[in-house]
Amino acid sequence: MTDFLQLLISGLATGAIYALAAIGFTLLWQTSQTINFAQGEFVMVPAFLALIAMRWFGVPFVASLVLAILASMLLLGVAFRYVVVGPLIRRGVLPLVISTIALSILLKESVKDFYSAEAQTFPTLLPDTLITVAGVSVSLAQLGVLAVALVTIVLLQWFLAGTRTGRQMQATAQNPTVARILGVPVERMILYTFLINAALAAMASLLVSPIYLAKFSNGETLGLIAFVAAIVGGFNQVRGAIAGGLLIGVLDNLAAAYVSTAYRQAIPLILLVLVILFRPQGLLGRREERAV
Amino acid sequence: MLRKTLALAGLAIGGLWAPAGFAQDIVIPNIIELSGGGATVGAMWKNGSSMAVEEINASGGILGKKIKLEFIDTASDPGKARAAMQRALDDKPVAIFGPIYSGSVSATLKMTADAEVPQVIGGEAGNLTAQGSKYIFRTSFGQNVSMPKIANYLRDIVKAKNVAVVFVNNDFGKGGRDAIVKELAARDIKVVADISTEAGQADFAADVIKLKGANADAIFVYLNEEESARFLREARKQGLNKPLIGETTLLGQKVIDLAGDAANGVKGHVGLTVDAPVPAIQEFGKKYEAKYKTKPDHNGVKGYIAPYMIKAAAEKAGKLDGKAIAAALRGMTITPDKVPGILIEATWDDTGEIDRISFLGEVKDGKQVITETLPKLKK
Repeated sequence: MTDFLQLLISGLATGAIYALAAIGFTLLWQTSQTINFAQGEFVMVPAFLALIAMRWFGVPFVASLVLAILASMLLLGVAFRYVVVGPLIRRGVLPLVISTIALSILLKESVKDFYSAEAQTFPTLLPDTLITVAGVSVSLAQLGVLAVALVTIVLLQWFLAGTRTGRQMQATAQNPTVARILGVPVERMILYTFLINAALAAMASLLVSPIYLAKFSNGETLGLIAFVAAIVGGFNQVRGAIAGGLLIGVLDNLAAAYVSTAYRQAIPLILLVLVILFRPQGLLGRREERAV
Repeated sequence: MLRKTLALAGLAIGGLWAPAGFAQDIVIPNIIELSGGGATVGAMWKNGSSMAVEEINASGGILGKKIKLEFIDTASDPGKARAAMQRALDDKPVAIFGPIYSGSVSATLKMTADAEVPQVIGGEAGNLTAQGSKYIFRTSFGQNVSMPKIANYLRDIVKAKNVAVVFVNNDFGKGGRDAIVKELAARDIKVVADISTEAGQADFAADVIKLKGANADAIFVYLNEEESARFLREARKQGLNKPLIGETTLLGQKVIDLAGDAANGVKGHVGLTVDAPVPAIQEFGKKYEAKYKTKPDHNGVKGYIAPYMIKAAAEKAGKLDGKAIAAALRGMTITPDKVPGILIEATWDDTGEIDRISFLGEVKDGKQVITETLPKLKK
């Protein structure tokens, strides 16, 4: 039982990181019909921005984390919105999908060439102090990851539901034409979505890199899992992406322990197939109907 | 006829005008892991071999000819390694260096055997030298040599009655796992957990939880560099308090760099290390660190000795011919007094297996400390 509880907590901590990346998928899809196949690389790059700040310019650790988040918002938010998505969005979903695949390759190879192909250590904010309750040992770092990810998600939910800007963003997501008629600055709302996506990806990056080590290829797995989490949870609902991320984190850990490490990567994909077959809108998603 | 004459004249003039240095260079393809999971391994080997080639060229080269290394990235993928090997062999080189990952060596060793080109490898899987090739030569122990030493260490020094084994599911890991399980059984040591992990695996939480539940006297960890570091970090995070025993890689400098404090306390057998109580190898370590700003691990040493192996064998054979070099290297002992770059006396048998002294060590305060030197298996 203690093993199960430890697996559950560990899975939730990893799943919370997946959820941060998965939320970005749903936000971009809702506001701009952008399926970002470079999302995994968006999670990989910020760690290297922080490493550049620390190792090349001698910026202190915490300041470099803040700088990495800001630089990510600029590079992976503003630049992505105006350089990649802006010119292509009018050409339909497919060219944009292909361009995000190209972007993922570009980001991965750039990090490999300009920084290193080798894995890099990444400092952690919290110590590895162990806390044992009823036989279950959990490290402070693990709880910290879970707490930071969950607080970020709660803040985002509050922002979307409890502020005027958040509600305007939701209106933009639900129906941009009506939102525009009602006076919502749709273009600005879309930009905000890209900024939030970049910030969430940066948070995920800074949380996952101390565990996985920072490496140019980290985005391959993270991007796939986040994509699957978003579909499993419901591509059109932020809460769906959260549930999908947490579910996959826990399932992944349980599968590795009780099934086989070799098949652990197949479990999210099996779940994906089952969801598409029996609940195509996702576990918490909303059925969308389109007029022909 | 006129066209043929002109072409011949062109070739002759081209030959006369070609820069002398270029024409005399011996090009040795270095087919190694420069990206993918083995990037850390490949980077060390690349630096080590480049350093040796600079030294050899500065002292006159091999039989009066300079060496030029051509680095080709396998991306840690056996398929790509095979394709790269085919292209390299088309140019009929006198030797090939690499690959380092056993899976890539396994995919290429028949090609070098067919082409009769000596292949100096970094792979450690036990079966590599058992496939009948007369052209592969190890730079480090195969698992058939290192695992009996580890099993003795677990029995005699750790006094383990039962052991958990965690290995990486590739040729290197599976070969090591099979060899250690066999050796442990021969010593009446029970394997209470046998955990397979994936190459490139990032999350080891579930594996560490399983190991905690296994309640073994010691845990034998046999993973590649990056995975070893991630495993050690997770083990530290979860407070895994059993002795962690490894073979060379787990105690290697790259793993110590990546794992940080989590590497402290790791113990085991070390086939090759710049922390060995051997002045020549320590001197090499200092030169490497001064040049590349990082301390070399065993892969740096392996890369460094590869060009010296070819130099010694070619000079013994008296000609730059792959077949003759391989024949010279089989059964050869190279000593540091004659070839200082070999660092430690080493002997290759007919299968390409290497024999030399090795060490027992542990990681203390972020440094590898050698506690005992083990003699060569055959004097």
